[in-house]
Amino acid sequence: MSITHEFNYFRPDNLTEALKLLAQYREKGEILAGGTDHVVNMKDDLISPEAVIDIKRVKELKTIEVQGNRLFIGAKTTFTDILNFQAAKESFLLLWEAARTVASVGIRNRATLIGNICSAVPCMDSAPVLLCYDATVHTLSKAGERDIPIREWFLAPRKTALKPEELVRGVSFILPEEKHTGCYVKLGRYGGEDLAQAGLAILMLQKENGFAYRFAFTSVGPVPSRAAKIEELLAGKELNDELIRQAKKLVEEEISPITDIRSSREYRMHICKVMLERGLLVCRDRLQGKSVESLRILGG
Amino acid sequence: MREITFILNGETRSVNVEPNEILLDLLRDKLGAKSPKCGCDRGDCGACAVLLNGRSVRSCLIYAIEVEGMEIITLEGISRNKLSELQESFIAFNSFQCGYCAPGVIITTTELLQQNPHPDLEEIKEALSGNLCRCTGYKPIFDAILAVTEKEEK
Repeated sequence: MSITHEFNYFRPDNLTEALKLLAQYREKGEILAGGTDHVVNMKDDLISPEAVIDIKRVKELKTIEVQGNRLFIGAKTTFTDILNFQAAKESFLLLWEAARTVASVGIRNRATLIGNICSAVPCMDSAPVLLCYDATVHTLSKAGERDIPIREWFLAPRKTALKPEELVRGVSFILPEEKHTGCYVKLGRYGGEDLAQAGLAILMLQKENGFAYRFAFTSVGPVPSRAAKIEELLAGKELNDELIRQAKKLVEEEISPITDIRSSREYRMHICKVMLERGLLVCRDRLQGKSVESLRILGG
Repeated sequence: MREITFILNGETRSVNVEPNEILLDLLRDKLGAKSPKCGCDRGDCGACAVLLNGRSVRSCLIYAIEVEGMEIITLEGISRNKLSELQESFIAFNSFQCGYCAPGVIITTTELLQQNPHPDLEEIKEALSGNLCRCTGYKPIFDAILAVTEKEEK
C-alpha cells in the first residue's frame, strides 16, 4: 500500500536547521527518526504532514552515553543501541530488560526509545521503565530548552507535553545510589513483535530504613502510570505472603484496563496481579544476588 | 522528484524518487530486486527484510529517500555468486514450503550469524521472532540453521 498524499522531505544535518524547520512548519511538520510508527501512521492516514523532518543525520543529536551518575539516551538511540550498550545491562538492568521485549530485531534496529515516548501509544514498553527511574525529558526549540519530568510527559493516548515547534533531544535519569534491582514483566500473546497486553516495571531499592519499591504499569490505562498506593503499602517493608496479597488487591485501584483486540479488561486486571507477584519475587531474588533470567511470563 | 544514490548489492545505483515512495516499492518495482516481499505492509511479518548498512530492517517502513548514501543488501546480493552455506542448508532441510517468508528469514539469519556465529536454539528463535512463517511450523528452518552453526564448530 502506498502513501497517497505528498509532503516535503527534509534531512537537516545540524540542529539550527532542524529547529528552524520545526518553527516554520509547527503542527504541519512531523519528526522522523526510526519511522517504525511514523510510516504506519502515514499509511493509515492518521497523520498527513506537509513536511517530514528526518533527524537521523543531525550531528548534534546523540545516541546513548553515561554522563557521571546519569544515563543519557539521545534522540537517535535505537533499542538495538540500548541492548548493545554494555553499561545498560550492567547498571540499568530494568531498561535493558524492557528494551529486549520491544518487537523484534528488525524493528529494534530502527525504532528509537524517544520515538516510543513521542508516539505515546498506551502499550509502549519504555514508559514504565522511565517512570520508575523518575526520568527527565529534554526538549529543544528555537525558544530554548525545557526539562520535563516523565510523570508530566504523557497527557493522553498519543498525546504528550511536546510543543509543535519542539523536538526531544533525549531523556536522562540518575542511577539510584542505593543497592537496587529491577525487572520488566511483559505479557504478549507470543514472543517477538507483539504489543504488550500488559506491562509492569519494578524497581526495588535497599535503603537504610528498609526497602523502597517503585512500580509503573503500561497498556492497562490511557497513559502509563506509577502505582503510588502499592508503593506506599510496601514502603520500608520486607516482602511476605500477606503483604503481597494486599498489594495484589490494590492493583484494582491502580489500573483501568480496557477490552481490545489483544485482551479483555477482566484478563488484564487478573494478570496484572500475577505479574506484580512474580515480578516482586524476581526482584527480591535479584537483590539477594541470585541470577534470574529475564522473564517473559505466560505469553511467549 | 529527487535523485538519490545508494549501493544496492554492491552496485552504485542512482534513481529518482518521490518523498512518499517506500523503499520496498523502489527495490521491487524500479530496481528489479524482487526478493523482498510485501506481507503485512506494517513491519510485523518480516517478509520485506533487507540489510541496511549491515542491519536487518523492514523495507516497508522506510522511505526510499532515507537511504541516500547507504548500502542495501537483498537476497540477490547474498547469493550473487553462489548460494550461501545457509541457503544450501535450507534446501537440504526442505525448510520452506510456499517460500514467501524465505528471503526475510535468510536476511535475518544472515545478520544473526554475522553477530553470533554459534547461536543456540533460543537465540535463533528470538532473532526470528519477527519473521512469520505460516507453512512450516518453523522446525525445519531452525534445524537448517543449527546444522550450519554446528558444522562451523567442527
